[in-house]
Amino acid sequence: MEPSADIERVAVIRGVGMSRTGRRLHADPLQLTGEAALAAIGDAGLDPAQIDGVATYPGAMGSTPGMSGAGVFEVAGLLGLDLRWFTGGSEVPGQLGSVVNAVLAVAGGLCRHVLCFRTVYESTAQEQAGSRASTLTGPGSSRPMRADGIREWTLPFGALHTSFGGLETRRYFHETGGGREQLGQIAVTARRNAAGNEAALYREPLSLEDYLSSRMISEPLCLYDCDVPIDGSIAFVVSRRSESVGRSGIVGIEAIGSAAGMQAAADMLWSRTTLAPGDVGVAELYDGFSILAVQWLEALGLCPRGQGAAFIEGGHNIALDGPVPLSTGGGQLSAGRMHGYGHLYEACLQLRGHGGDRQVRPLPEVAAVSNGAGGFTGCLLLSAL
Amino acid sequence: MTLSEHRDGEVSEDRDGEVEIERIPPVVTPSSIDFWTAGAAGELRIARCQRCALFIHPPAPYCPACRSGDVNTEPVSGEGTVYSFAIERYTWIAGFPAPYVVAEIELVEQESLRLHSNIVGCRPESVFIGMEVKVCFARDGEIYFPLFQPANT
Repeated sequence: MEPSADIERVAVIRGVGMSRTGRRLHADPLQLTGEAALAAIGDAGLDPAQIDGVATYPGAMGSTPGMSGAGVFEVAGLLGLDLRWFTGGSEVPGQLGSVVNAVLAVAGGLCRHVLCFRTVYESTAQEQAGSRASTLTGPGSSRPMRADGIREWTLPFGALHTSFGGLETRRYFHETGGGREQLGQIAVTARRNAAGNEAALYREPLSLEDYLSSRMISEPLCLYDCDVPIDGSIAFVVSRRSESVGRSGIVGIEAIGSAAGMQAAADMLWSRTTLAPGDVGVAELYDGFSILAVQWLEALGLCPRGQGAAFIEGGHNIALDGPVPLSTGGGQLSAGRMHGYGHLYEACLQLRGHGGDRQVRPLPEVAAVSNGAGGFTGCLLLSAL
Repeated sequence: MTLSEHRDGEVSEDRDGEVEIERIPPVVTPSSIDFWTAGAAGELRIARCQRCALFIHPPAPYCPACRSGDVNTEPVSGEGTVYSFAIERYTWIAGFPAPYVVAEIELVEQESLRLHSNIVGCRPESVFIGMEVKVCFARDGEIYFPLFQPANT
């Protein structure tokens, strides 16, 4: 398809903000949302009265406990926003599909400044639900009463999200000859980088030996292959580029991949830009399970197809000073599960040069961000402006 | 875990004094009822397009290839191979104790015709990708959960 409209170049990420994050914060999720939103709006140099759009994932919904911390209308009321356009929903191109929607709305002229946010309080919700399994099995108990919808085909067999991580990992090893000795570098690298991120949840060192000896969950998926439910909120302001020029710290959206499926999304992304995988200076790839980061590396062409395990072996290629710095803030494995928004936040910091102890040098000019898995996927190529 | 044959051909799980698995029942739909109940006749029934002959799983009222609405279920051999599997080491669901094997089974009738189920009747550590398996059933009232066991048992 022709990259004709170039809608990406009409919009920019003008502001970023993050609330407190952590385990068992016992904070009102609207409080966390307000912290992140006001930080992002302030960072954008705007007043809340100038925000005329809201986009969020997954929006107010009934889901597993803590999955959705706030919806569009709650936030509009919270901050007294006067909205010309808004959207909240979970059937979007990955968690960052909400940001894609914001770009479209701004490029289409429906609004000027869109507040995008994602709030989770899964850690506190686990405690309130009385079960660590509640974020997987559903509200109320550790035993869902009915297997309905798509769960009709999984729950009767005791298959949960971690099962799919295990299935993907096992099949990947079978097809590529890779193993846990290689895959462990995703978790080890994330943890090393998290040491330089004060907002990360887990910052103490993690060795490959620690990884290899860790508890199995859905074998071969181990504890350190799984991201960590936390409480927190992250927000962005997406604005028209023409009204943001001259500001420092704005991040350009070079290309969007919104297709269903990792490879299709990645192919779409590269079809909409003249840049190439070799131009990527930092990669923040979805790591809800560590195997997903490997699959995204391959899909985006950041390493040869089928050679992801060999590429990450030893960790040098994905280290801060390697050719493809990965999960520079710790990813979801070590910084906590902010559902894609954490990856975009970290990419913006890196492009701005605000990475502190984990800043990639020389300053990256292009960042790849991906989110989701299966048919629920999206990716963004960002550039420093 | 051992398996015991019943006189009507059904196979149920018997964990030799251990707690039996209490499976969470599916919310059966018009499209899925055959999948969940055909085990009463010892059959695994899979949806199939009556126009282009494509097998479809999960079952649906339309064929995703030719868009025909003429979809019915047909009995299949119940034979397949393990495409991938995970050994569940953590008990997430009360009444469904670990360890157990969640597997993606590719049925012999059609390439990429896969379904999720459990491998039973063998040690979890003995399962491997490519292992030949055949269907068996665990019954809970009207529901016959299609499970798979090694083909050589």
